[in-house]
Amino acid sequence: MSGFSFTIDGVEITGAEGQTIMEAADAAGIYIPRLCDHEGLRHQGGCRVCTVKVGGRSVAACTQPAEPGLNVENETPHITKLRRDLVEMLFHEGNHLCPICEASGNCELQAMAYRLDMTDPTRFPYLEPSRAVDASHPDIALDTNRCISCGRCIRASQDVDGKGIFGYVGRGIHRQVAVNGENMAATDAEVTDFAMSAEVCPVGCIIRKREGFATPIGERDFDKGLIGHEIEGKKADD
Amino acid sequence: MQPPSEEDSAPPPPPIDGVVIQSICAAYDNDPHRMMDILIDTQAHFRWISPDAMHQIADLTGLSRIEVEGVASFYTFFSLTPNGRVTIRLCDDIVDRFAGMPEVAKAFEAELGIALGETGADGAFSLEYTPCIGLCDQAPAAMINDIVVTNLTPETAREIAARLKAGDTPEALVSDRFEALAPHARATRMVDNNIRHAGGVLLGPVPREAGLKAALDLRPSQIIDMVEASGVRGCGGAGFPSGRKWRFAAETEAERRVVICNADEGEPGTFKDRVLLTERPHLLIEGMTIAARAVGATEGIIYLRGEYAYLKPLVEEALAERRDAGLLGQAIMGAKGFDFDIRIQMGVGAYICGEEGALISSCEGLPGEPKTRPPFPVTRGYLGFPTVVNNVETLCHVARILDRGAKWFFDMGTDGSHGTKLFSVSGDCLNPGIYELPYGLSVHELLEMAGGEDAAAVLVGGPSGTMIARDQFDRRLTFDDLATGGAIVVFNGERNILEIVEYYMGFFVHESCGYCTPCRVGNVFLQKAIGKFRNGLANPEDIDYLRDLSATIIETSRCGLGMTSPNPILSTLDNFPLVYSAMVKPSKDRVRATFDIQSAIDGARKIAKRRSQIFDRDFTK
Repeated sequence: MSGFSFTIDGVEITGAEGQTIMEAADAAGIYIPRLCDHEGLRHQGGCRVCTVKVGGRSVAACTQPAEPGLNVENETPHITKLRRDLVEMLFHEGNHLCPICEASGNCELQAMAYRLDMTDPTRFPYLEPSRAVDASHPDIALDTNRCISCGRCIRASQDVDGKGIFGYVGRGIHRQVAVNGENMAATDAEVTDFAMSAEVCPVGCIIRKREGFATPIGERDFDKGLIGHEIEGKKADD
Repeated sequence: MQPPSEEDSAPPPPPIDGVVIQSICAAYDNDPHRMMDILIDTQAHFRWISPDAMHQIADLTGLSRIEVEGVASFYTFFSLTPNGRVTIRLCDDIVDRFAGMPEVAKAFEAELGIALGETGADGAFSLEYTPCIGLCDQAPAAMINDIVVTNLTPETAREIAARLKAGDTPEALVSDRFEALAPHARATRMVDNNIRHAGGVLLGPVPREAGLKAALDLRPSQIIDMVEASGVRGCGGAGFPSGRKWRFAAETEAERRVVICNADEGEPGTFKDRVLLTERPHLLIEGMTIAARAVGATEGIIYLRGEYAYLKPLVEEALAERRDAGLLGQAIMGAKGFDFDIRIQMGVGAYICGEEGALISSCEGLPGEPKTRPPFPVTRGYLGFPTVVNNVETLCHVARILDRGAKWFFDMGTDGSHGTKLFSVSGDCLNPGIYELPYGLSVHELLEMAGGEDAAAVLVGGPSGTMIARDQFDRRLTFDDLATGGAIVVFNGERNILEIVEYYMGFFVHESCGYCTPCRVGNVFLQKAIGKFRNGLANPEDIDYLRDLSATIIETSRCGLGMTSPNPILSTLDNFPLVYSAMVKPSKDRVRATFDIQSAIDGARKIAKRRSQIFDRDFTK
């Protein structure tokens, strides 16, 4: 790979023309926290959890091109605080009741809160949405009260499955993920779609029926290590 | 559907007719990029955008229904439920509120028999609030379908409502021979220009086509040199050097290039472009044509905000006249290969579309969401082609600079802020209106001219700008001191600063596109926190909370909206600190009520359908 070098938190890494900061970081085994970005999907730059500082300016690492000589700040106390605020906002925007949520332990939002040390009582008011759960589909249920508007399901369904089951409707705080039809049953969604797979929805919004608690608490994804450990593990393997 | 009752007189909205939708979509070649126009025409015909209509439009344009709904549900003037024959949108800007809009609204409600936010059961009227419609100098004002009415009082509101109920069309309110009037006459009958001071660049005498003629004698790169040398900077608020923008676009290899005029003047308190569109449409289009010549663009778009729909015929007339005169179209002014034409893209009620990426998204038939930068529009903009987006005033300046020379323009104003600026002054002053003045005068000087000497606070640049107090009225109106896209809103000592701040935070919550977390969610939290101050439930620590949350929103937001939305709070915390500290004084018993148990249990009361045994003294009632 004909590359150039730049630094993240002082560590020199190699980037290539056309790579984003995050892509270069992933390849180098440096984890930049993210929620709306997912490998294999178009970048969105919406959750802003991957905010990094470049020359004093905040940018989203998932969309910002890597350039020779950049000095990127990633896990500084200041940036971690910003990210904690953003994750807190997402917790308070929806209804995220971990103890009763099937996604607990596999949930990227929850895992991110742990990684960012979100241990103090939160300061924000709860917005407590009250949206109807869509359980119309025989194999899939949808609880958008837990949605964090990451849009991964939208891109997965559109770009990977070629179906376009999901889309955003509304604006501002009322913007939400909706389905292309009266309800899930009225779409051509199948539980085998990539968009419905466990890796796409980072929270407990898209639920595959009849597999709840198949993996017991304690043996779930983030019981094995902090979110990002797989990317960081790459560095150790090298 | 319910059968109409006996009192019902107005016919229900027309049933969704597939043939009509087919012909609407066909008029735009079934092009999904023209979704805005398709939905505008659909709503104009059926008075709403029904699920059926969205389905058919999706089929015809090759999109999915959810994509069509994504657009239809984004813009506030689109309605997903049937609207009345007449939709009345009352401007709820804070200036209109202080000018008496609440009483006007009550008069409309009483006379029409419907509440705000409702459509009457007979389908005759819809009544709603809408943010600033660009008529603060003649507030309170309202839109009635596509016409506007100004300087409303409860009496005139009742009269208007009565006439509409009696069957008059909205146009008949303007003139009984509305159709016979020229577009300019219609516009100036509805709206006063209120030009209080005409400067030497835009509002004084302007020779026709002098700039364009001069441009045709220059090579495109020389035009850009001249614009750069004039020092002209974007007049929409951001102040980016216009010449540099053009150079980037011209230098990008492309088969097509695009010039867009941003006439989505949405910053509350700004109405200068309204006056330029009314009085200088030819100068504006001349400026766009020069820009096209300079960057090598063949297509132009004027993005006109939906609130200015009443100006659309006027701009259309100017475009038609220019096509007839060989000033638009093929071989402009006989110059071989100089082809350029312009279409109007109407907005449909979204402040965010003033942001250039969002504006381009909207022109492409998408929800008005800002685009990821880079790439910047000058390299990859409208449909992926290099695109120059300039404000109305900037483009008018360009035409004058080409006529009079870069030095002439450069010598006006101050170092770094060259030329003149149109200030739109409104609020508590004797002479609200437009003042064209060189950059560099002080707020105090402008207040003197406008008769606003008893101002206690002045909002410079609208809510995304700065609110200053008396001790700062000697500050100067320049890009380096107090930058403004034009808005100067004057508040006297009677006005409640926190009410103003709360209003503007509500505005940003309403106008956030929702794409990124901090702007979508953080602004709601800021609004709630200001509500706590207003209700006397705030703690001293809440002042730190406001600053801290504001800083996160500014640092992490994706576009300029979120990067400036906390400004009403931050600039008043800095400049009116006593307003906040007065609200967090400890009470006499040293117990501060930060939690209101009564409102906290209200939801539970309603669900349980009984009162609380603990917190309600007589829980049986």
